[in-house]
Parts: sequence; structure tokens; C-alpha cells
Amino acid sequence: MAKELWKGNEAIAEAAIKAGCRYFFGYPITPQNEIPEYMSLRLPQEGGVFLQAESEVAAINMVYGGAGSGARVMTSSSSPGISLKAEGISYIAGAELPCVIVNIVRGGPGLGGIQPAQSDYYQATKGGGHGDYRLIVIAPSSVQEAVDLTQEAFDMADQYRIPVMIMGDGMIGQMMEPVEFKPVAKRVLPEKTWATTGTGGKRKPNVINSLFIDPQECENHNIKLFKKYDEITANETRVENYNVEGAEIVFVAYGTTARIVKNAINTLAKEGIKAGMIRPITLWPFPTAAVEAAADQASVKAFLTVEMSMGQMIDDVKIAANGKKPVHFYGRTGGMIPTPAAIVEHAKKVLGGAK
Amino acid sequence: MAVVFDKTKGLTDKPFHYCPGCTHGIIHRLVAEVLEELDLVDNAIGVAPVGCAVFCYDYFNCDMHEAAHGRAPAVASGVKRVHPDKTVFTYQGDGDLASIGAAEIIHSAMRGEKFTTIFVNNAIYGMTGGQMAPTTLVGQKATTAPLGRDENHAGMPLRVSEMLATIPKAVFVERVSVHDVKHINQAKKAIKKAFQTQMEGKGFSIVEVLSTCPTNWGKTPVESLKWLQENMMPYFPLGNFRTPEEEK
Repeated sequence: MAKELWKGNEAIAEAAIKAGCRYFFGYPITPQNEIPEYMSLRLPQEGGVFLQAESEVAAINMVYGGAGSGARVMTSSSSPGISLKAEGISYIAGAELPCVIVNIVRGGPGLGGIQPAQSDYYQATKGGGHGDYRLIVIAPSSVQEAVDLTQEAFDMADQYRIPVMIMGDGMIGQMMEPVEFKPVAKRVLPEKTWATTGTGGKRKPNVINSLFIDPQECENHNIKLFKKYDEITANETRVENYNVEGAEIVFVAYGTTARIVKNAINTLAKEGIKAGMIRPITLWPFPTAAVEAAADQASVKAFLTVEMSMGQMIDDVKIAANGKKPVHFYGRTGGMIPTPAAIVEHAKKVLGGAK
Repeated sequence: MAVVFDKTKGLTDKPFHYCPGCTHGIIHRLVAEVLEELDLVDNAIGVAPVGCAVFCYDYFNCDMHEAAHGRAPAVASGVKRVHPDKTVFTYQGDGDLASIGAAEIIHSAMRGEKFTTIFVNNAIYGMTGGQMAPTTLVGQKATTAPLGRDENHAGMPLRVSEMLATIPKAVFVERVSVHDVKHINQAKKAIKKAFQTQMEGKGFSIVEVLSTCPTNWGKTPVESLKWLQENMMPYFPLGNFRTPEEEK
């Protein structure tokens, strides 16, 4: 198929349909409205159902019902809406239901703003809802990558019975780029024998549930979940290393910010400064090993984490660097976007010994 | 030996956890009997609430979901949209449905979601220990209304059936009680009609069942049945508020 020009949000929606998603439950919020709008037209054409819920709270619980019934289900929202969905996401993680949740992140806290941001990193990777749980969190840095990873997200969700979050930002959602819809590598997926489909008198009732009133059972359930999370960490961690070999300074950046950092790296190269980048593609599981390896690399003097936030992912970079090399931060937030020039300047300061 | 009475196949063998004198057990059995009589047990998918009936997923002998507090109608909407040919129901108490889940029940009714809600109204939060509910009567004592509900402070109890009956797609709305045999039989008829309405694809159906809570009302089971009749029924009058026939 030839490349076509697609807007990020619509491309994500079409990718979901191509991945077999037939149910979408959502609520309007900027800057992700093109996703539900697109789904409202396209899903009925594919024999699916689009439903505009009365709130994000209801939407995520419709996802719970649909996913528990065995369907491929998606919802999308932006930061304040994801906060409202947090309760439901915790239940979905607890009940081990597969689904895909898109967060086109905007500035916060509170109502914040509607411009691109990455200030929901903590919410996505460290919880958001209550309890010990994880989501697979995928952070595309181009519309093409958003399309590829959205399709794969449904397979990951089904393989591990886990909610997968596509974490874009206003930039990924709103910009248009050339896209090719390609089939993703086939995975062997388990049958959904646990789904509620009516017993048909042929099996015992299936129960979709996250309640374990006996504390030992509840602990056992958590231990089971974490065994699964370990397996996901081993199998699904994704990262792009860019010019890390021989780099003096290694940037760590994801999503839209990573594209800007690449620009800065090329500028630095022209000035004779060797810079590289570790770009986490999965924010959870975080590519700890890539950062550890760079920290052990003799050429590396420092890390510079660049985010569209006040500094959230930097915590994971510090944990991975484990004190071996200093970890610095540069960020813009609230919808402000870092410029390549500002990143170059900050890198020079770091290499010049600034704290 | 001839079998003269048998437990419905709509229930599992798991013993109920309900307090002595609580009418949840009766209501469970009515729902299960109706499912069996309509041959829907193998076709049904239920959604349990948070509240006293939270464990009903262990009692109904069909596929079940356990929802977050108040969200059962949203979960049921998701289930029914995926399985439009299945029988879907929610079983919810007054805190779950009329307080935290008010938006979900209203909008499910507004959309005409084709599932059935069994709404158990006992005018109190049971599981958490007797706090005031949206349906607690004026003057009725609760652990968060120790002097009795004051209408100037906490407002007046919500009449859910009357409210939902104003919604065009809520096609079957009836309030029943289970305080004596006659009313239990009437309640079962209403529950059956609600499920039939669903299976005929006519729209949203709900049966509000007035129920007792001897533990948190501080009364014996017998006193509770009397208190329901004397105090709840005047404010929450029994009767049918909507039937599909009215639409014609």
C-alpha cells in the first residue's frame, strides 16, 4: 500500500479498526476528539459499535464490560479524562482484561491546557489508579509508529490480559504525516475462555472480578500479576538507541520530544560534540537495561533527560543509572515545546560541568 | 419419592452471606426463578454492584461481572453492546444506584440500553454499616444522620422509579415490595415482565424492590417488615410507572 497523509488521531483510530477493534466507548475532550469522531463513522461500517458515554467514568466501565465479554475494545481520552478513568483502569488491571486506552496528553495539572505535554508519565507508569498494577505504556514518536504500535497493542493486551496505553501527546494526535498501514507480525494468542458469553449450559459460569476479600487470596492475586509483569518486562521492553555508541552525552527522551532531541543531536554533531539518545518506546516496561549499559559505557559523561514536563521520567533514568553517571534534566511544560537550540545549549552546559 | 420443591437452577449452591431477616435472599431467588422459567439462565450475563449484594456473582448461576461502585449500568451497557442477543442484568442497591451511580443509571435509561436492572431499595447503606442513603427517609436514623435525616440539611429521599419513568426509553418501570407472600408474587411478576421486555428488545427495564435491613435499622426481621410497610411504602408507593404498551 502506498503512503497516505493521515492525521495522528485518525490514523490511530483506523489502526485500531485494522487490528480488529470493533467497540469504542469514549467521551469528548481536546486534543483527541478526532478519535471518537472517526470511530463514530467507521465502526458501524465494520459491524462494530461506537458509543458516546455520559462521562469518562462510564466509558471506561463500558470498556470493562465489553472487554470482559471477549471483544477487542478501545477508549481514548486526554489527561483530565484519564484521571477520571483511573478507577476503571485499576479494576480492568485487577480483573486482567485486555483493552487499549489512548491518552493524547495535554498540559496539567487540573484543567491545565490543550497543548501537547508529557506530564502524565507518572500517572501512566506509576499507577494513576489505586493498588499495585501496571499497564503496558507505549509512546510513539511518529504517526507511522503510532499506527504500527496501536495494532500491536491489541495483540499485547490479549496475549497478557492487560490494559495497554498508547501515550501520545497533542503533537502526535494533531499533526499529519505519511503513513503506511502494514500488517503486524502475528502472535499466538490464547483463547478467551474466561470471557462472559453466556454459559450456553456447556460450562461453569465465568466471573469477571477484581475482589479478593480474603487477604491471602488478594496477596496471591498480586503475586500472580507481578509474575506476569516480569514476563512482560522480559519480552516486551522496546527502546531505540540513537548514536549512543561513543557518545559523551546521552539524552533520554520519548515521543515528540525525542524527535526534537534528534535534531539537537545532529546540530551538536556538526559542532563536534558526540551526543546520543536512548528513546524508550515502552515507558512501562522502562528500558532500564539500555540506560544501565550507557551508564557503564566509558565515553558517556552524563545523561540529559528531556521531557515536556517538570521532570518525571528522570526518576526512572536515575534509578537505572544508579549513581554511575550524573543525570540532568531539561524540560518545558504546560503545552510549551522545547526547541532544538535550547536543548543544544543545555547539553553544552552539562558538558561544561554545570549542575 | 416425588420432588415437591426444588431450588431454582438459576442459583448456585453457595450459601448466602446475608444477615438474618434481610430480603436480598428472596429477591435473588425471584430473579433466578424468572431466569429459569424464561429459559435464560444459560444465556444470561449479570453485573454485581458494590454493597451488600457484591458477592451475588457467586450466587447467580450464570456468567457475571463484578462492577465498581455505581458503575454496573455502564458495565452492562458494554456487555449488551457486545452481546445483543444475551440477557443482561444489573443487581444494585440504593447507595450504588441512586447515589454514586446516579449518572450511569439515568444515561443507560436515556439510551434505552436493553438490559434489566433489579434495584434493591432498603433506605440505608448496609454493607458499610448503616450510613445515610439517598433513599433514607426523613427522620430515619443512620450512622451519618445520628439524629435522623434532616430534610433541610440532607434533602429529601430520591424517588428513583418516578424519576426514571420520565425517560422515554425507560420502557418498563415498576416498584414492588417483598414484605409478604402476596407482594412477593407480585414482585416476581414484575421481574418477569422486565426480562421479557428486555428480550423483546423494547428498551431499558427496571424493577425497584423495597427491601429490609434489620441489622442497620436496629429492628427484628418481623419489625422490619412492618416498618417497611408503614414508613417506606407511603413515600415510595408501589405500582407500575411505565410499560411498553403505553408507548403504543
